Amino acid sequence: MPAVRETVERVRLIDVDQYKYGFETLIESEKAPKGLCEDTVRFISAKKNEPAWLLEWRLGAYRHWLTMREPKWARVDYPAINYQDMYFYAAPKQTVAPKSLDEIDPEILKTYEKLGIPLREQEILAGVVRQPQGDADIGGNGASARTVAVDAVFDSVSVATTFKNELRKAGVVFMPISEAVREHPDLVKKYLGSVVPVSDNFFATLNSAVFSDGSFVYVPPGVRCPMELSTYFRINERNSGQFERTLIIADKGSYVSYLEGCTAPRRDENQLHAAVVELIALDNAEIKYSTVQNWYPGDAEGRGGIFNFVTKRGDCRGHHSKISWTQVETGSAITWKYPSCILRGNHSRGEFYSIAISNGHQQVDSGTKMIHLGRNTVSRIISKGIAAGRSNNTYRGLVSANRRAVGARNFTNCDSLLIGDRCGAHTVPYIESKNPAAIFEHEATTSKISEEMLFYCMQRGLSQEDAVALVVNGFVRDVLQQLPMEFAVEAQKLISISLEGSVG
Amino acid sequence: MALLEIKDLHVKVDDRDILKGLDLAVSSGEVHAIMGPNGSGKSTLAHVLSGKPGYEVVGGEVMYEGADLLELAPDERAARGIFLAFQYPLEIPGVATMTFLRTAINAQRKTRGEPELSTPEFMKRVREHATKLSIDMDLLRRPVNVGFSGGEKKRNEILQMALLEPKLAVLDETDSGLDIDALKVVADGVNRLRSPNRAIIVITHYQRLLEHIVPDVVHVLSRGRIVRTGGRELALELEAKGYAQYQDEAA
Repeated sequence: MPAVRETVERVRLIDVDQYKYGFETLIESEKAPKGLCEDTVRFISAKKNEPAWLLEWRLGAYRHWLTMREPKWARVDYPAINYQDMYFYAAPKQTVAPKSLDEIDPEILKTYEKLGIPLREQEILAGVVRQPQGDADIGGNGASARTVAVDAVFDSVSVATTFKNELRKAGVVFMPISEAVREHPDLVKKYLGSVVPVSDNFFATLNSAVFSDGSFVYVPPGVRCPMELSTYFRINERNSGQFERTLIIADKGSYVSYLEGCTAPRRDENQLHAAVVELIALDNAEIKYSTVQNWYPGDAEGRGGIFNFVTKRGDCRGHHSKISWTQVETGSAITWKYPSCILRGNHSRGEFYSIAISNGHQQVDSGTKMIHLGRNTVSRIISKGIAAGRSNNTYRGLVSANRRAVGARNFTNCDSLLIGDRCGAHTVPYIESKNPAAIFEHEATTSKISEEMLFYCMQRGLSQEDAVALVVNGFVRDVLQQLPMEFAVEAQKLISISLEGSVG
Repeated sequence: MALLEIKDLHVKVDDRDILKGLDLAVSSGEVHAIMGPNGSGKSTLAHVLSGKPGYEVVGGEVMYEGADLLELAPDERAARGIFLAFQYPLEIPGVATMTFLRTAINAQRKTRGEPELSTPEFMKRVREHATKLSIDMDLLRRPVNVGFSGGEKKRNEILQMALLEPKLAVLDETDSGLDIDALKVVADGVNRLRSPNRAIIVITHYQRLLEHIVPDVVHVLSRGRIVRTGGRELALELEAKGYAQYQDEAA
């Protein structure tokens, strides 16, 4: 049987149950009553000991949310979400806040251990950071062992943040947002909702009402954050939604690189994940935000899996500021996500590098928005979509230039790769220029992994699976190079795992 | 015993009979040329030997090292020493040629239960063979065959052959699309790889390649069968008289 046909046959049979993070941790948890009403919002706010202004802010969001409708324009199809049949808050039960890792439920620590997340600083210092296996020709020499500070969010709360002291010395604030509300109220008040307004969209507004935790980062003027910051999100609780909120502020002339990873147990029902991420870069500041998203994608029949409805937006508020999004999306039943840049500052720069892989019954509708407001603003979009199985993979992007955005430039490149004949790749670019001096370029290709190409590799000795992995890795190479070295290696592995079973 | 023994091989492609009772025996150390007009089944033979999907063997057998070759997957055949130099080498965007070479060598070694080649050893071998084939190391940092000239692609095929050290190499119209200078470089590369432990099958339409790679045996393939076998003088005769007589004979 011809290889591609065989591939297609296999894809038909695949079990996405190869998902390796599908285990559940048995711990006691504390939950808000099922469903959503004003009392739920009050409950969450009270749990967090929040100041009155924040409760009001949440209630405002909730009331506005009641007037909104779920957006339907994305190329995704899913059963109606029953917001009254879901827990909006779940936290590992703990009477007092943990002061050190030793006070955290060992079951949770075990979970992170299984996931390969190094929480214990001594382990990190002892060299848990994996050395990338360099290829002779890739020319990588960034193999110096870098340390990574980790904030771990378990269901609705942050359970541990590492390297706090080292970061404090540099003046960098990296803590759960619930803590930042108490310790840095001025910063939170000033910036929260300043990029993604309370009324922005259905899911962001919902998040504003019920967000539970997430990371907060502030890098003071002129500081180059001494290590990678990383947040690890884990949904564990059944029937619960996860609504984290991340806020990152890079003050004038500062630099920070941040990475988030996410997994969830395997469940038959769908779970909602509606996060909001806001980035603010002031004059000459740079934020690099990388995501490796591996939420549970559902099983072979498309049962279960995470609904990933996320609003991520960066504001290049200062001149010569830069925000760069890099994402590797392999998980979730549905992904609805458009990390965007508002290029407000003159000479600011926005970048979006994306690898989105869909297999089984996964549906991806993802892309970016580059809003050019300032003069001589530059943006770059490199998107690589890979569709296998019966999945649908859509790139949706907007590039716009305001009247004042003289000299705005954009380059967009969208490539799609199809594996098999039951999947779909779609590209929906919107380009709006109100400025005659703006230059926008758009390139797009769609290709299929050809039988000839696989045979060529196999004739040289590669197994069919290795051949597909090689071709796919070549396809996504431009984007992988944007990831911090140690995560690039992880991402490469993840890509192979996601496509396992898509070949014979 | 011959390294490769093909007996009464019948092959269909899309329900059309292409090979209709082909017999061929090739021993280690020999270079065989298979000549024939377009559509005679030359490339089909190359593809069936290397295990390309889409070819249906409806009769006969192919024995390689005394075992049934047709049962093996393409990558297993490669690991056992079968190499095909493609008529149209494929492009693999984003994959550096060097990565490809190394992945291929180590994949074969793994299948054979041998340890991976160390980086210095691999680099040493690549440099050595690339120099002989006048291949610039910069070319090997570029994606596999992407933007390569016709000559560069064919030299890259021979470089792979040199590195993979096959027991049976099949060169499928390696001369097509080459000018005379490029042809010489490629032919010299192949000649260097002639060895008592290696059999080479050269598939070609024209005699001119055989001036540079001198075969021990020449076969004429027509309408799916070997219709004549002789020494190298047979190639010269074909050059003078053309294939017309064989097409009539086979009909």
